[in-house]
Amino acid sequence: MATSQNKLAEHPFFENLDPALLKIFSDCATRVSYDPEQKIYREGEEANQFLLIQQGKVAVELYAAARGNLVIQTVGAGEILGWSWLFPPYRRRFDARAVQKTQAFALNGNYLREKAESDYRLGYELLKRFSKIVVERLQATRLQLLDVYGKHA
Amino acid sequence: MKTLKKDGVQTVFHPIERFMRETHDTISFEIKATQNNGPFNFKPGQFNMLYVYGLGEVPISISGDPGHPGKMVHTVRAYGSVTSKMMHLKKGDGLGVKGPLGNGWPIEKLSGQDILLCAGGIGLAPLRPVIYYILAQRERYGQVTLLYGERTPADLIYRRQIEKWRGRFDVDIHITVDSARGGWHGNVGVVTSLIPRIRCDPANTFALICGPEIMMAYTIEALNHRGLADKQIYISMERNMKCGVGFCGHCQLGPIFICKDGPVFLFNEVAHLFRKAEM
Repeated sequence: MATSQNKLAEHPFFENLDPALLKIFSDCATRVSYDPEQKIYREGEEANQFLLIQQGKVAVELYAAARGNLVIQTVGAGEILGWSWLFPPYRRRFDARAVQKTQAFALNGNYLREKAESDYRLGYELLKRFSKIVVERLQATRLQLLDVYGKHA
Repeated sequence: MKTLKKDGVQTVFHPIERFMRETHDTISFEIKATQNNGPFNFKPGQFNMLYVYGLGEVPISISGDPGHPGKMVHTVRAYGSVTSKMMHLKKGDGLGVKGPLGNGWPIEKLSGQDILLCAGGIGLAPLRPVIYYILAQRERYGQVTLLYGERTPADLIYRRQIEKWRGRFDVDIHITVDSARGGWHGNVGVVTSLIPRIRCDPANTFALICGPEIMMAYTIEALNHRGLADKQIYISMERNMKCGVGFCGHCQLGPIFICKDGPVFLFNEVAHLFRKAEM
């Protein structure tokens, strides 16, 4: 268990986190593994967990009838997959598919949400850390939409 | 055939020897060029003004191997009227060449350092001579990493060459695209998303960036976050160049002329001019 907690603590998401709060995260963490092409979740499903990727690569996709599966983003080692568990209506907005053999820690979002209601320090850390990721991805998405390498950039 | 004047300001027509289609809107072509009756020597990062007869002149980076100066290669993406016309040129057609112009990357000065190359879109073309140069004397440099961002997998240039470089195992290459369909197994995301994933010793690394200005701005920010100072970052800038030799002022940016003083700048020397509106 201690080894598992140490491994978890190595993930950049937990950088400079109070060990007491890290314990709460490790209490709801389980190791998961996905084979290449395996679906991790689908659009519309209940969102009750997020993944801390340790190894491998995951594609976040959206299905468009005329164009098939469109890959919006890939996430890899040291990154986070999924934040729909943190915000209502707690439903997946996209599909996620392992591109390579992927190993990760899955953290129970329901458990963390409940804990955060009574432990404001935990709630603050969760929102602070996820806000940073959300902002980074929002900026990246804006750049992608700008089509900076395109003819009319 | 006329040769170029020593100062490189005379446009001389040379025949196109070979075409290579890179993507649906990007070609590379080889011109057999001479300079003062000798090989056409150039430094990685330099460019030529290429003139399509009767249509106009555009600055295009030299994308070939500086170790083979007899073969002058340019890679062109169809962005405007002149570059679109270039897509339809044929072997044997003449193209006006004025150059080589500009300062180029200071790659010799970076001997002994780790080199991080960041390319966005057609910005890989001015960096390709750097890769050739480094690979020809690989022992002189530390870790070499190439980050390359493109729109889609179909827009990736130099595919076969990149595969060859990957096969050498002494260059770390990471590619990402802004969007892709299901069959793509590579990365999807902006080029800056690659920066946290790479191995990098910031104290010993110099970054060379070429791409759209907004891409370079975000890349610099991400590199700063990894610990690289502005004085460890070189950028290649683009402006509306006309004469290519600092006479006309079209590419003036504050006190500098991109064509004559650049196009390569140490970022900390131009940071105050970079991304400033109406400059």
